[in-house]
This record gives sequence, C-alpha cells and structure tokens, in this order.
Amino acid sequence: MKRVFAMVMAVVMAAVMFAGCSAGGNNNASNNSGSGDTIKVGLLGPHSGEYAVYGLGVRNGAELYFKKVNEAGGINGKQIELVVYDNKGDDTEAVTAFTRMVDEGVTALVGDVLTGNTLAVVGEANAVNMPMITPSATAAAVTVKEDGTVYSNVFRTCFIDPFQGEKMAAFAAEVLGVKTAAVFAQTGNDYAQGLADAFKAKCAELGVEIVAEEGYAKGDVDYKSQLTNIAAKNPEVVFCPNYYEDDGLIVTQARQVGVTGTFLGGDGWSGVKNYASADVLEGSYYCSGYAPASTDAVKQFEEEFVAAYGKDTLNMFAATAYDAAMIMCAALEKAEETGYAPASEEYKQAVIDAIRTEGPNVKGITSEGGYTFDEYNNPIKDAVIIKVTGGEEVFDRMF
Amino acid sequence: MSVFTTIIKQLINGLQSGSIYALVALGYSMVYGIIMLLNFAHGDVIMVGAYIAWMMMARFAANPIIALIAAVIGCTVLGVLIEKAAYKPLRQSPRISLLITAIGVSYFLENVAQLVFGANAHVIPTFIDDTPIQLGQIAIPTTALITVIVAGISMVALNVLVKKTRMGKAMRAVSEDAGAAQLMGININNTISFTFAVGSALAGIGSVLYCCAYPKATPTMGSMLGLKAFVAAVLGGIGSIPGAMAGGFAIGIAEALVSSAGLSEWKDGVVFAILIVVLLVKPTGLMGRPMTEKV
Amino acid sequence: MSKKRFTLPNWAAYLINAALFAAFIIGGNAVLSSGALPSFITKVAMLIGIQVIAAVSLNISTGYLGQLPLGHAGFMAVGAYASAIFMTRTGIPAQLAFPLGIVIGAAVAGLFGVLIGIPALRLKGDYLAIITLGFGEIIRVVLLNIDSVLGFKLTNGAAGLQGIPKTTTFVNAWLMVGLTCFLIHTFMKSRHGRAVLSIRENEIAAESCGINITYYKTLAFSLSAAFAGAAGALYAGYLGILNPSNFGFMKSIEILVMVVLGGMGSMAGSIVAAIVLTAAPEALRAFDDYRMIVYSLLLIATMIFKPSGLLGRYDFSMKRIIEKCVNGELFASFRRGRGKGAEEA
Repeated sequence: MKRVFAMVMAVVMAAVMFAGCSAGGNNNASNNSGSGDTIKVGLLGPHSGEYAVYGLGVRNGAELYFKKVNEAGGINGKQIELVVYDNKGDDTEAVTAFTRMVDEGVTALVGDVLTGNTLAVVGEANAVNMPMITPSATAAAVTVKEDGTVYSNVFRTCFIDPFQGEKMAAFAAEVLGVKTAAVFAQTGNDYAQGLADAFKAKCAELGVEIVAEEGYAKGDVDYKSQLTNIAAKNPEVVFCPNYYEDDGLIVTQARQVGVTGTFLGGDGWSGVKNYASADVLEGSYYCSGYAPASTDAVKQFEEEFVAAYGKDTLNMFAATAYDAAMIMCAALEKAEETGYAPASEEYKQAVIDAIRTEGPNVKGITSEGGYTFDEYNNPIKDAVIIKVTGGEEVFDRMF
Repeated sequence: MSVFTTIIKQLINGLQSGSIYALVALGYSMVYGIIMLLNFAHGDVIMVGAYIAWMMMARFAANPIIALIAAVIGCTVLGVLIEKAAYKPLRQSPRISLLITAIGVSYFLENVAQLVFGANAHVIPTFIDDTPIQLGQIAIPTTALITVIVAGISMVALNVLVKKTRMGKAMRAVSEDAGAAQLMGININNTISFTFAVGSALAGIGSVLYCCAYPKATPTMGSMLGLKAFVAAVLGGIGSIPGAMAGGFAIGIAEALVSSAGLSEWKDGVVFAILIVVLLVKPTGLMGRPMTEKV
Repeated sequence: MSKKRFTLPNWAAYLINAALFAAFIIGGNAVLSSGALPSFITKVAMLIGIQVIAAVSLNISTGYLGQLPLGHAGFMAVGAYASAIFMTRTGIPAQLAFPLGIVIGAAVAGLFGVLIGIPALRLKGDYLAIITLGFGEIIRVVLLNIDSVLGFKLTNGAAGLQGIPKTTTFVNAWLMVGLTCFLIHTFMKSRHGRAVLSIRENEIAAESCGINITYYKTLAFSLSAAFAGAAGALYAGYLGILNPSNFGFMKSIEILVMVVLGGMGSMAGSIVAAIVLTAAPEALRAFDDYRMIVYSLLLIATMIFKPSGLLGRYDFSMKRIIEKCVNGELFASFRRGRGKGAEEA
C-alpha cells in the first residue's frame, strides 16, 4: 500500500512537472501571434479567495464595457482581446501574472484591484511604461513614488483615501451640524487609517471635537469593549471607515451597548445593508464613488450588468471599473490614430497621453462631468452621499 | 456613566466571549486528554456548525431551535467522521504525524467551505430579541445573558457525564492509561469516538452561541477562535474540565480589558503572551495534573 | 565480491558537484536571458529558488531536529524587513547593499531564532507548535503596529514597505540556494549535525550520552531561522514591496507542506517539493480553486499512507551515484527497490 501510494505520488508530481513545461511552451507559441488585428487589454485582480467580490466586480464591470465596444465593431476595426488573470489577492501572484501579461503582448491594463497588490504591480508596470487604470486602489502611494515623483503611466477612477475622510468631516460639520464625534477604525489597515486621519484633521479645522478614538484588529468580531468606551463619551456621530462586513457587526453591537450617535462611513460601507438590520442602520450616511440608480445612464448600466452577471458583484468597484474601461477605450481610439502597432513603446506612450487628454470627455457613470486628472493622476470628481434608510442604501446628495 | 459601571460592562463583554471560548476549549481539552492530539480542526468544526445554522435559517427558514439541533448534530457527525477517517489510522504513529494530519484536516475544511459557500461572510439572521436587560445603571445584552447561561448548563451537564456515567468512567480510564483500560475490557475505539462526539457537540452549541453574538459565518472564522480556545485550555490545564471553563473566562476577560484599554491590535499578541508565560512558568496550567516523562 | 569497491574521494565529489551546479547556473541563466522563454518563467524561477531555501531551512528543524515549528514565515518576515530597511535606509549602492542585506537579514532572523528558541524549545510537540505559531503571529502584529506605537516610519505598517531595490536575479537567488544547501549539508555531516539527529531519534538517550540538548536544539532552530531570513531577504529584493500580511500563518503552512510532502529529513525531497508546488499553480491555473483542497488532502494522505513523505529520509548524492555506476551496482539497487527517487536536485 505504502509503495503503491509513493509511486502514485511520484507519478502525479512528474505529470505536474511535464504539464508545467508544456503549458509554458504553449504560452510561448501564442506570444508572437495575434497582435496585428486585436488589441490586448489585461484585467488583473483577485477573482478567488477572500477579496473575490471586489475583483469579480471589477472584472465584470470592465468586461461588460469592452464587450459592448467589441460588438459595436471594436476600436478602429480591431477587436479588444481581454487577457484575464487572477492574482488571488497575493502580491507575489500579482507580479507573476502581470509579467505573463507583458509576455503575451498586453497593451494596457485595467487593475490591479487591491491597494497592496497594485503597489506591487506599479513598479513593474512603470518599468515597461504600461498604461494602467486602477478602478479601486485608493492609497495615495499608488500613483506617486517614494521620492515624490509621479508614475506617469498609472491612473485611477476612484477617490484617494484622505479625500473621503475630509468629505465626511465636512458633511458632519456643515450638513449635520454636530459638535462631537468619535472615530472607530481598524488599526493596521491602510484604508481605514487613511480615512480616519483625514477625518480627524478636518474635524479639528472645522471645530468638531473628537471625544473618543478606538480601534480594532483584523479578524475581530467582538467590538463591544471599545464601543462601550465610545458610548461612555456619548458622541453625536461615530465615523467608522471600515469594510461593510465589519461595519454591520459594529453598528449592531454599538446599539447593544448604548451608542446612540449617527454612524458615518466611507465607500467601504457599500453593501452594508446585508450585514445589519434596517433598524440599527437607520439614518447612517456614507460617501461613495457611485450612486446606485441615480441617473438613466446608471440604471442602464445596472440592468445590463445584472442581465450578464447577476446581482452578486454589482458594486462600486464594478461601476468604477466600467468607467476605467470607458476611459481606456477612448484612449485606445485616440492612440490608434497614430498608426503604431499595439503594444509597441510608442503606442503605449500614446495611450498614456490620451488618457489625460480624452479623460475629461468621458461621461462615466460615476462621474458625469468627465474624468479630469490632477497632477498626481487622481480624478477630480464629487463624492456621493448615500443614506441608509428603511434597510436600503439610497442616494442622498452630491457633496 | 461612572468608571465602575464601565468596568462591569467590560466584564460582561468578556464573560460572553469567554463562555464561547470555554465551550470550545472543552473540546480541545477532552481530545487532548484522551489521545494527546492537538485537534487543529476543532475550530473549523465550529465554522461548519455556523454554516449549518446559516443554511437552516437563511435558506430553509427554519426555526432557531431546529437550526441549533441541526448544527449540533452536524458537528457531532463531522467530529466522529474526522476521527474515523483521519486520526484513527494514525493511532500508532508518531505524534508529529497526527498533528500534521490535524492541520491538513483544518485546512481541508476551510478550503471546502470557501469553495462551497464563497469567501465572503454570510449573515445569519438575528433570532434573539436584542433589547438589553436593565439592571440598575447597567444594560446587559440579552445575547450575553443567554450565552453565559447556555454555556454554564452545558458545562455542568458535561461534568455529570464524565463523573457519573459508565461512558464517562471509560473516558477517564482511557485517558489515564489506554493500554490498561483495554485490558479491563474497555473498547478504546468506541470511547475515543465518543469523546470526539461529545467535544464536537459542544462545538456545535458553541457555534450557535457564536452566531447569536456575532451573526456572520466565514470560512476562516474557526482558526483564530480555535487557537484562542486552545490557549484557554492550556491556561486552565489541559484535560481538566473546570480548568477549561476557567481558562475560557480568563481569556475572554483579558481580551475585553486589553481592548477597552485601547490596545485592541495587540489583543492576539497578549493572548499568545499569556500562553507563553503559562507554559514556561506552569506548563500543566492552572488546574492540570503534573505529568512525568516516561523513558 | 573479491574486487575492491571503488570509492570517490571527497574532494573529487565536491568538485564534481560544484561543476554541475556551476553548469546549472550558467546554463539556466543563458537560457533565461536569451529571450527564448517568456520572461515570467524567469520570475517563477526566482520564486522557486526562494521557496527552496525556505523549505530546506524548515527541514532543519522539522526533518533533522524532529520538532514542528509553525512560525517559519515569521522568520522570513524578520529577514525580509531587516534587509529591506537596511537597503532602503543606508545610502549604499544596491549592488553592494544586497549581499550585505542578505547577511543582515539572516543574522537578525538567526538572532530571533535564538531568542525565541530558548524559551520555546523547552516545550515539545504540540506545545512547541502552538508557541511558535504564537511567536509568528506576534512578529506579524508587531510589524503591523510598531510604527504607530513608536511614532516613526520603520516598517510602514499595513501600507507596506515600498521602494526596495529589485535586486534579486536568477543567478543570485540560485547561488544562495547552492550556498544554503552546501552549508546545511556540511553542518549535518559534522559532529554537530549528528548530535542534532540523535536528539530527533531519542532525546533522553542523547542527553544521557552527554549531548547538550538545549544547546543543539537552539543551534539547529536558529540555523533554520537564519536561512529563512535569507529567503526573506531575497523575497524583499524580488517583490520590491513588503507587507506583513504576506507572512501569515498560511505561508508557514505552505512551507510545511513542501517539507512534509518531500519527506521530513530529506533535503532533496524538500527541493523537489518546493519546485513542484511553486511551479504547479502557475501551470495549472485552471484548477486553482481546488489547489488548496488538493494540498490538504495530500497532507492527510501522506501522513496516513506514507508518513515519511515522497523521498523519506533518502538524500540525493552524486557521489553515491557515480560510485554505483563504476561498481555496476546502479541497477542492482533499483531492482532491490531501494533506489526510488527523483533525479532532480
């Protein structure tokens, strides 16, 4: 039995090795073909694992637009060929997958999705001057190097972290008219801390007093101890800039231990309605890059998306990815006019230039005013304030 | 709100999470006592229990009591299955093999759950009226009260089972000396399976209590919970039932106090630091029996 | 057999091995840099080198010492951060800073190995596993939060340490693999190595033979940690960005799977398993959802059916093969069924 098992294991391992070699060979063969009549665009993100819902949202949103362009005849008569890779939310996998894309002759990239993975990819992408638009990586460092220079090839269609914190502080002070606030953010999480820091700074500026500041660690499910401390200070608003799964539990437990203030959040709140009851969430606000069902264009996008992929991955990431695809197509259209071959150095530079020049004309579903990029390649666009009421997340106002 | 009431509230928070740790710790403790195996997969049995509860309530709209019964039965069956399939063939193997197998089982359950249910959290509908009970100035969450009471009853029942019944006697005999127990006519395999069944049933109860307090199920929810429960078992003294309870409460309260002191990010670190100190200072735990090494 | 059995002198064996290894590095580099293969193959080859070092280093404490530490990724993290901080904070040019960084990474990780090993190794079996797991988690938590506590920029917390020079290449990664294997091999063949093995076989017997158990356990453990640190340093130079979440419990398990499948106590086994398990996911992307399930089932099945792993304690030896060839025993031993094993390494 043992001998047999060892033999079987050896055979399996050997088979895997040979499969590896032959798979490598196939890729090699496909390298040099097919760059003439198609334009290859990469889609990179976590399509499996813990963060799959973000990655699949991005993949589906972008794919939806690219497919529409292809059905309408493509770009300058060329079809867009999508090269999709799953990075499993892992930095190492992200770099390997990106290198594979470069090997396969990809011209432009929509992605990466998670901030950490994107940071691992931008260095590689900058080295080959690959135009890339990330629909979801919000850290300021994604487009700016350590030494302060800008990655000229990297753009995004989402907000950066500090922007949302400032917006919510201003909203609390100017619209809700509060005087006291508390902050409850996940420590060791770049996104949550970025929002929290900006919120606190803006509050100080606007004369809102931060009466309590608590944190929790990744993976925690019991927040009552910290929330008990917050309840003791009785703040008018609690800024809770975390991801929706945690936020739902936090708000529920906060009500249990007697926190009465209004909850405010960032775009990570999107989808929170499924994670807490309507009662406890009633009257909470968060800011978002995407206002569901707010305009006809958005409604049309939602209908098409649901028809193609169902409701599970229809989120903000899908919407910003749809816009990223839209900008990318406009830029490719422009680059085609230069007459260079896709994936050539000149072509890629033309795409990068065109993202800047064409962006403002792109009427995206999350930015009707078009995408104007500032000096750090971040989009200038308004925040959407979403109110949770009656168990639904509804568009409240632009702010 | 005075400092005093805040401290009382924090202690209640700690007791609630502590009683869940205690229930899980009992499973570890019993299994370790009988076959000297750190059953890494025990935490994941809880995860499966939580998914069963979620399926019953969200998919089949079952009554919470039925969901609880289904979760307990599901966990018990799973626990026995794991024992029969993965651990029994290794009865005579070195301990390290057994431990690696346990890690494998844990890993297997987590990944199967991820494949079947997806990686995102599933919300379990709340089934307990959440109005806190006012006791003077202090509001006690209903879930906390129920958790502590159910955990207490289960532990008393377990104690009776181990101390007063025939099977309990057999369990104690096997954990004392398996060889001698066999010579006395005790069926070792059945006894070990029974131990797994009881431990897993407690995990099933723990999973439902967990869901009541923190109503979401994720594939990896069991791993940290399991580790901390193991720490609780070691702290209390492995193999000791009152020890596991005391350890569970101690860990729960320690966590609540650390979090309320604003050091929540160091919470896991503190739990492991407690483990390290206990193991170095008193390796048998608070209520464990001293062990001598046999040559 | 009346004829005197041919034996290869040790110096000749080392020379042959060195020549074969040099040929592998030069040949591999020539093939990869020729552009005949897609460039991601180079990336995977570097990654394999890093994983091989990690697996071979864990094999010291798991295979040779017979303990089961579950915090190996923590030592990789220490080495990675130490070398990355050194490379980014000192103005030394990257070409010089990188080898120094590897040495520093290994030294710091080794020091942590001693510091953690002294208390942890007083425990055995499951307790040791759980306590090293605890230390591994503590290392990760500290890397994540140390900045906010001390108030200066050291590890950048969850944002990750960025801008590390990408200096890892195929050649230096695999040179490090060669060096690691050579050092571990010579260590294990020495008096000290035999002392470590004797602890695995029977601790009490070893102690009664006058072997200082604590000293040798700590030595083997910190050696294991030091090489893990070197692997971490190469990883930092490979990725250019470090994040504490890359060094969690899952990473430790991944390395453990390699060692267990390859065979605890077999360096060749660790190497083969590291190569296969790193290359396979790239080749079999379609089956990705099932990868982890297959890993866990392999782990369980290996323990049940062949607890010693694929190669058991068999180790590949060029010297032995040459001797057997000359003596005409090669096929004889295969016929007896003892010579099974891959021709890798």
